[in-house]
Amino acid sequence: MTVDIAVKKPNWFSRLANPGQFLAWSKAFVLPLAILTAVLFSVGLYLAFFASPPDYQMGETVRIMYIHVPNAILSELIYAVMAVASIGTLVWRHPLADVAAKSAAPLGATFTGLALFTGSLWGRPTWGTFWEWDGRMTSTLILFLIYLGIIALWRAFEDQGRAGRVIAVFTLVGALDIPVVKYSVDWWNTLHQPASFSIMGDQHMAPSMEIPLLVMTLAFASLFATLDLVRMRTEIFRRRAETLERQAAAKLA
Amino acid sequence: MDLGPHAVFIVWAYVGAIVAVGGLVGYALFDSRRVASRLRDLEARGIRRRSAGNSP
Repeated sequence: MTVDIAVKKPNWFSRLANPGQFLAWSKAFVLPLAILTAVLFSVGLYLAFFASPPDYQMGETVRIMYIHVPNAILSELIYAVMAVASIGTLVWRHPLADVAAKSAAPLGATFTGLALFTGSLWGRPTWGTFWEWDGRMTSTLILFLIYLGIIALWRAFEDQGRAGRVIAVFTLVGALDIPVVKYSVDWWNTLHQPASFSIMGDQHMAPSMEIPLLVMTLAFASLFATLDLVRMRTEIFRRRAETLERQAAAKLA
Repeated sequence: MDLGPHAVFIVWAYVGAIVAVGGLVGYALFDSRRVASRLRDLEARGIRRRSAGNSP
């Protein structure tokens, strides 16, 4: 009696998930993304400083918006990416999921820190204070501390596979802060202005300011994509090196 | 270019962003090279993966 075993070819998602495959295809994206980032920053900074007018109320300080808003958007977006990666770790044991989550955390922490720093510098001449314990600023500070906690947890575990599962749970609990950051300006009285961009298109900013803001947001997003790819590739190689070192040590023992 | 009476806040915001982004890029490159040299060192000692293929 013969038994036919149908060997299924891995689908595109499985191929994408394979670290070896990821290393192969991602290598081709790093340089083009880095060039795109440099071009977007050059155009964005030119528009922000030379092609956009001062605001009728805030004057020249509105130029801080072109770095503050992109960093604030990315602080939430990167956390959302980490939350999705955490689901990938816990539900599908996706081999790249915890690599993606680990690589994104320091980037998210830096962008959140920059959003707080630039927001504080924008707040002093605009509101008369560097800091106010209102909903948006406090929830963003909590987000920054959550990022730092995640980075510390990654460093605390020797076994990165186990760390991935524990940190995935922590990341998903921390994701409760994201809607608070997003909607705090609608829920509570605050010094902070409402969202600068809206998917519904109900925000009206002059194109002379909206276009530089859009280009700078794309520049920071492209920077994140470039650095995240580089960091993910480095993390995969680091894990390979650690495995080889363990195998070599076991042979010697 | 005249950035007005609050120029110091604008300049510090951009300097902070340049330092932070520079730090991220610099560390990513440094870390990538450090791991690549660690793998090269292992390979030089004859320790390599069975399916050795990609390198950083």
